[in-house]
Amino acid sequence: MGAPRVEFLWWSECPSWERALAMLRAELEAAGLDPDGIEMVEIADEEQARERRFPGSPTIRVDGEDVQDPGEAPIGLTCRIYRRRDGRVSPLPDPADIRAALERTKGAS
Amino acid sequence: MSQDRLSIGDVAPALELEDTAGERHALPAPGEAPASVVIWTCNHCPYALAWHERIQDVVREYSERGVVFLQVNSNDAERYPGDSPEAMRERVEKGEFAGPYLHDPDQAAARAFGAERTPDVFVLDGDLRLVYSGAPDADYDDPSQNAAWLRGALDAVLAGEAPDPATTDPVGCTIKWKE
Repeated sequence: MGAPRVEFLWWSECPSWERALAMLRAELEAAGLDPDGIEMVEIADEEQARERRFPGSPTIRVDGEDVQDPGEAPIGLTCRIYRRRDGRVSPLPDPADIRAALERTKGAS
Repeated sequence: MSQDRLSIGDVAPALELEDTAGERHALPAPGEAPASVVIWTCNHCPYALAWHERIQDVVREYSERGVVFLQVNSNDAERYPGDSPEAMRERVEKGEFAGPYLHDPDQAAARAFGAERTPDVFVLDGDLRLVYSGAPDADYDDPSQNAAWLRGALDAVLAGEAPDPATTDPVGCTIKWKE
Protein backbone atom coordinates (compact mmCIF):
# COMPACT_ATOMS: atom_id res chain seq x y z
CA MET A 1 0.00 0.00 0.00
CA GLY A 2 1.20 3.53 -0.74
CA ALA A 3 0.63 6.74 1.14
CA PRO A 4 -2.97 7.38 2.22
CA ARG A 5 -5.12 9.75 0.21
CA VAL A 6 -5.53 12.88 2.31
CA GLU A 7 -8.17 15.43 1.28
CA PHE A 8 -8.60 18.86 2.81
CA LEU A 9 -11.95 20.46 2.00
CA TRP A 10 -12.40 24.10 2.92
CA TRP A 11 -14.58 27.16 2.46
CA SER A 12 -12.82 30.50 2.47
CA GLU A 13 -15.38 32.20 4.75
CA CYS A 14 -14.35 30.10 7.75
CA PRO A 15 -11.04 31.49 9.01
CA SER A 16 -9.83 28.35 10.80
CA TRP A 17 -8.94 26.56 7.57
CA GLU A 18 -5.36 27.83 7.45
CA ARG A 19 -4.71 26.77 11.02
CA ALA A 20 -6.31 23.38 10.40
CA LEU A 21 -4.17 22.91 7.31
CA ALA A 22 -1.02 23.70 9.28
CA MET A 23 -2.15 21.18 11.90
CA LEU A 24 -2.71 18.53 9.22
CA ARG A 25 0.67 19.20 7.61
CA ALA A 26 2.39 18.86 10.99
CA GLU A 27 0.67 15.55 11.69
CA LEU A 28 1.61 14.21 8.25
CA GLU A 29 5.23 15.20 8.77
CA ALA A 30 5.23 13.58 12.21
CA ALA A 31 3.89 10.40 10.62
CA GLY A 32 6.65 10.43 8.02
CA LEU A 33 4.24 11.32 5.21
CA ASP A 34 4.54 14.03 2.58
CA PRO A 35 2.45 17.09 3.48
CA ASP A 36 2.65 18.25 -0.12
CA GLY A 37 0.52 15.27 -1.06
CA ILE A 38 -2.61 16.81 0.49
CA GLU A 39 -5.43 17.20 -2.03
CA MET A 40 -6.81 20.69 -1.54
CA VAL A 41 -10.50 21.00 -2.40
CA GLU A 42 -12.02 24.46 -2.17
CA ILE A 43 -15.78 24.40 -1.75
CA ALA A 44 -17.23 27.59 -3.17
CA ASP A 45 -20.97 27.01 -3.55
CA GLU A 46 -23.85 24.89 -2.35
CA GLU A 47 -23.76 22.65 -5.41
CA GLN A 48 -20.15 21.70 -4.74
CA ALA A 49 -21.00 21.21 -1.09
CA ARG A 50 -23.73 18.72 -2.02
CA GLU A 51 -21.54 16.92 -4.54
CA ARG A 52 -18.74 16.50 -2.00
CA ARG A 53 -21.06 15.72 0.95
CA PHE A 54 -19.40 18.67 2.68
CA PRO A 55 -20.42 18.97 6.36
CA GLY A 56 -18.57 22.24 6.87
CA SER A 57 -15.17 23.84 6.73
CA PRO A 58 -12.61 22.52 7.33
CA THR A 59 -13.15 18.81 6.61
CA ILE A 60 -10.27 16.35 6.49
CA ARG A 61 -10.65 12.89 4.98
CA VAL A 62 -8.04 10.15 5.05
CA ASP A 63 -8.68 7.43 2.49
CA GLY A 64 -12.21 8.79 2.26
CA GLU A 65 -12.89 8.62 6.00
CA ASP A 66 -13.59 11.81 7.91
CA VAL A 67 -11.17 12.32 10.81
CA GLN A 68 -14.20 12.96 13.02
CA ASP A 69 -17.57 11.43 12.21
CA PRO A 70 -19.78 14.38 11.19
CA GLY A 71 -22.85 12.56 12.47
CA GLU A 72 -26.06 14.37 11.58
CA ALA A 73 -24.32 17.61 10.61
CA PRO A 74 -26.17 19.14 7.65
CA ILE A 75 -24.45 19.21 4.28
CA GLY A 76 -23.77 22.72 3.01
CA LEU A 77 -21.67 25.86 3.07
CA THR A 78 -21.01 26.37 6.74
CA CYS A 79 -18.23 26.42 9.29
CA ARG A 80 -17.81 23.05 10.92
CA ILE A 81 -18.29 22.40 14.60
CA TYR A 82 -15.73 20.01 16.07
CA ARG A 83 -15.78 18.43 19.49
CA ARG A 84 -12.28 18.29 20.94
CA ARG A 85 -11.24 15.33 23.08
CA ASP A 86 -11.33 17.52 26.19
CA GLY A 87 -15.01 18.30 25.47
CA ARG A 88 -14.55 21.79 24.06
CA VAL A 89 -16.37 22.96 20.96
CA SER A 90 -13.95 24.27 18.36
CA PRO A 91 -13.67 25.29 14.72
CA LEU A 92 -10.59 23.03 14.61
CA PRO A 93 -10.37 19.24 14.71
CA ASP A 94 -8.46 17.61 17.51
CA PRO A 95 -4.89 16.82 16.38
CA ALA A 96 -5.27 13.44 18.05
CA ASP A 97 -8.18 12.64 15.71
CA ILE A 98 -6.01 13.42 12.68
CA ARG A 99 -3.24 11.28 14.14
CA ALA A 100 -5.64 8.41 14.79
CA ALA A 101 -6.98 8.58 11.23
CA LEU A 102 -3.45 8.36 9.86
CA GLU A 103 -2.67 5.48 12.21
CA ARG A 104 -5.72 3.57 10.97
CA THR A 105 -4.38 3.64 7.43
CA LYS A 106 -1.11 2.16 8.64
CA GLY A 107 -3.04 -0.61 10.30
CA ALA A 108 -4.95 -1.27 7.10
CA SER A 109 -1.84 -1.50 4.94
CA MET B 1 -24.73 42.93 3.11
CA SER B 2 -23.58 45.07 6.00
CA GLN B 3 -23.28 48.83 5.70
CA ASP B 4 -20.18 50.62 6.94
CA ARG B 5 -18.96 49.44 10.29
CA LEU B 6 -19.44 51.74 13.26
CA SER B 7 -16.22 53.65 14.00
CA ILE B 8 -14.65 54.49 17.35
CA GLY B 9 -16.41 57.59 18.74
CA ASP B 10 -19.59 57.06 16.73
CA VAL B 11 -22.84 57.14 18.66
CA ALA B 12 -24.56 53.77 18.40
CA PRO B 13 -27.75 53.64 16.39
CA ALA B 14 -30.98 52.92 18.22
CA LEU B 15 -31.46 49.23 18.89
CA GLU B 16 -34.63 47.61 20.19
CA LEU B 17 -35.31 43.93 19.60
CA GLU B 18 -37.33 41.07 21.08
CA ASP B 19 -35.78 38.32 23.14
CA THR B 20 -36.82 34.68 22.85
CA ALA B 21 -39.81 35.28 25.13
CA GLY B 22 -41.07 38.24 23.12
CA GLU B 23 -39.90 40.86 25.59
CA ARG B 24 -38.38 43.94 24.01
CA HIS B 25 -34.90 45.10 25.00
CA ALA B 26 -33.17 48.33 24.02
CA LEU B 27 -29.91 50.10 24.64
CA PRO B 28 -30.15 52.33 27.72
CA ALA B 29 -30.56 56.07 27.33
CA PRO B 30 -27.29 58.07 27.49
CA GLY B 31 -26.13 58.25 31.10
CA GLU B 32 -28.34 55.40 32.31
CA ALA B 33 -25.59 52.77 32.35
CA PRO B 34 -21.80 53.13 32.65
CA ALA B 35 -21.30 50.99 29.55
CA SER B 36 -23.21 48.75 27.17
CA VAL B 37 -22.11 45.81 25.06
CA VAL B 38 -23.81 44.52 21.94
CA ILE B 39 -22.55 41.13 20.78
CA TRP B 40 -23.51 39.43 17.55
CA THR B 41 -23.62 35.70 18.06
CA CYS B 42 -25.59 32.70 16.83
CA ASN B 43 -26.27 29.01 17.30
CA HIS B 44 -24.61 27.29 14.36
CA CYS B 45 -21.16 28.88 14.28
CA PRO B 46 -18.22 27.07 15.94
CA TYR B 47 -16.42 30.34 16.66
CA ALA B 48 -19.45 31.76 18.48
CA LEU B 49 -19.76 28.48 20.39
CA ALA B 50 -16.05 28.31 21.20
CA TRP B 51 -16.16 31.80 22.71
CA HIS B 52 -19.60 31.46 24.23
CA GLU B 53 -18.74 30.53 27.82
CA ARG B 54 -16.01 33.17 28.00
CA ILE B 55 -18.52 35.78 26.89
CA GLN B 56 -21.20 34.58 29.33
CA ASP B 57 -18.67 34.85 32.18
CA VAL B 58 -18.12 38.49 31.21
CA VAL B 59 -21.87 39.10 31.05
CA ARG B 60 -22.32 37.72 34.57
CA GLU B 61 -19.38 39.56 36.09
CA TYR B 62 -19.87 42.98 34.51
CA SER B 63 -23.66 43.02 34.76
CA GLU B 64 -23.07 43.29 38.49
CA ARG B 65 -21.25 46.55 37.77
CA GLY B 66 -24.19 47.97 35.85
CA VAL B 67 -23.05 47.15 32.33
CA VAL B 68 -25.91 46.36 29.93
CA PHE B 69 -25.41 43.38 27.59
CA LEU B 70 -27.45 42.57 24.50
CA GLN B 71 -26.62 39.42 22.52
CA VAL B 72 -28.09 39.48 19.03
CA ASN B 73 -28.64 36.81 16.37
CA SER B 74 -29.14 38.34 12.90
CA ASN B 75 -28.59 35.26 10.74
CA ASP B 76 -31.03 34.30 8.01
CA ALA B 77 -32.84 31.42 9.69
CA GLU B 78 -34.37 30.23 6.42
CA ARG B 79 -30.95 29.28 5.08
CA TYR B 80 -29.58 28.35 8.52
CA PRO B 81 -32.44 26.72 10.46
CA GLY B 82 -30.15 26.22 13.43
CA ASP B 83 -30.55 29.95 14.02
CA SER B 84 -34.34 29.95 14.09
CA PRO B 85 -36.16 31.71 16.96
CA GLU B 86 -37.21 28.26 18.23
CA ALA B 87 -33.60 27.08 18.32
CA MET B 88 -32.62 30.31 20.08
CA ARG B 89 -35.38 29.76 22.66
CA GLU B 90 -34.19 26.20 23.32
CA ARG B 91 -30.73 27.44 24.19
CA VAL B 92 -32.10 30.13 26.48
CA GLU B 93 -34.34 27.60 28.21
CA LYS B 94 -31.31 25.39 28.78
CA GLY B 95 -29.69 28.29 30.63
CA GLU B 96 -26.98 28.87 28.08
CA PHE B 97 -27.29 32.67 28.13
CA ALA B 98 -26.47 34.98 31.02
CA GLY B 99 -28.48 37.83 29.50
CA PRO B 100 -31.11 38.50 26.86
CA TYR B 101 -30.67 36.77 23.50
CA LEU B 102 -32.31 38.91 20.84
CA HIS B 103 -33.59 38.14 17.38
CA ASP B 104 -32.96 40.60 14.53
CA PRO B 105 -35.38 39.23 11.94
CA ASP B 106 -34.91 41.92 9.31
CA GLN B 107 -31.15 42.19 10.00
CA ALA B 108 -31.53 45.96 10.42
CA ALA B 109 -29.56 46.04 13.67
CA ALA B 110 -26.62 44.18 12.14
CA ARG B 111 -26.64 46.53 9.16
CA ALA B 112 -26.87 49.62 11.36
CA PHE B 113 -23.83 48.60 13.44
CA GLY B 114 -21.97 47.13 10.49
CA ALA B 115 -21.62 43.81 12.27
CA GLU B 116 -19.75 41.29 10.14
CA ARG B 117 -19.24 38.02 11.96
CA THR B 118 -20.25 35.89 14.88
CA PRO B 119 -19.03 36.71 17.38
CA ASP B 120 -18.61 40.46 16.84
CA VAL B 121 -18.36 42.66 19.93
CA PHE B 122 -19.29 46.38 20.22
CA VAL B 123 -18.53 48.14 23.53
CA LEU B 124 -20.22 51.50 24.13
CA ASP B 125 -19.49 54.05 26.83
CA GLY B 126 -22.14 55.69 28.99
CA ASP B 127 -22.94 58.14 26.21
CA LEU B 128 -23.40 55.23 23.80
CA ARG B 129 -20.25 56.08 21.86
CA LEU B 130 -18.29 53.16 20.47
CA VAL B 131 -15.07 52.55 22.39
CA TYR B 132 -14.18 49.01 21.24
CA SER B 133 -15.18 46.65 18.47
CA GLY B 134 -13.88 43.33 17.29
CA ALA B 135 -13.13 39.92 18.76
CA PRO B 136 -13.53 38.97 22.44
CA ASP B 137 -9.85 37.99 22.63
CA ALA B 138 -6.96 36.83 20.49
CA ASP B 139 -7.76 33.12 20.12
CA TYR B 140 -11.07 31.28 19.75
CA ASP B 141 -9.28 28.05 20.57
CA ASP B 142 -7.67 29.13 23.83
CA PRO B 143 -10.10 29.48 26.76
CA SER B 144 -7.29 30.88 28.92
CA GLN B 145 -7.50 34.08 26.86
CA ASN B 146 -10.65 34.69 28.92
CA ALA B 147 -12.15 37.35 26.63
CA ALA B 148 -9.24 39.62 27.52
CA TRP B 149 -9.91 42.29 24.90
CA LEU B 150 -13.56 42.58 25.91
CA ARG B 151 -12.66 42.67 29.60
CA GLY B 152 -9.91 45.19 28.95
CA ALA B 153 -12.28 47.44 27.04
CA LEU B 154 -14.83 47.30 29.85
CA ASP B 155 -12.24 47.90 32.56
CA ALA B 156 -11.00 50.92 30.62
CA VAL B 157 -14.40 52.48 29.99
CA LEU B 158 -15.45 51.92 33.60
CA ALA B 159 -12.26 53.71 34.66
CA GLY B 160 -12.97 56.58 32.26
CA GLU B 161 -10.13 55.60 29.97
CA ALA B 162 -9.86 54.64 26.31
CA PRO B 163 -9.46 50.92 25.58
CA ASP B 164 -6.22 49.72 24.03
CA PRO B 165 -6.67 48.13 21.55
CA ALA B 166 -9.78 50.00 20.47
CA THR B 167 -10.40 47.81 17.46
CA THR B 168 -9.48 44.28 16.46
CA ASP B 169 -10.63 42.20 13.53
CA PRO B 170 -13.74 40.20 14.30
CA VAL B 171 -13.07 36.48 13.78
CA GLY B 172 -15.81 33.99 13.12
CA CYS B 173 -18.51 32.95 10.70
CA THR B 174 -19.85 35.66 8.44
CA ILE B 175 -23.32 36.89 9.30
CA LYS B 176 -25.71 35.02 7.03
CA TRP B 177 -27.47 37.76 5.10
CA LYS B 178 -30.82 37.25 3.44
CA GLU B 179 -30.49 36.77 -0.31
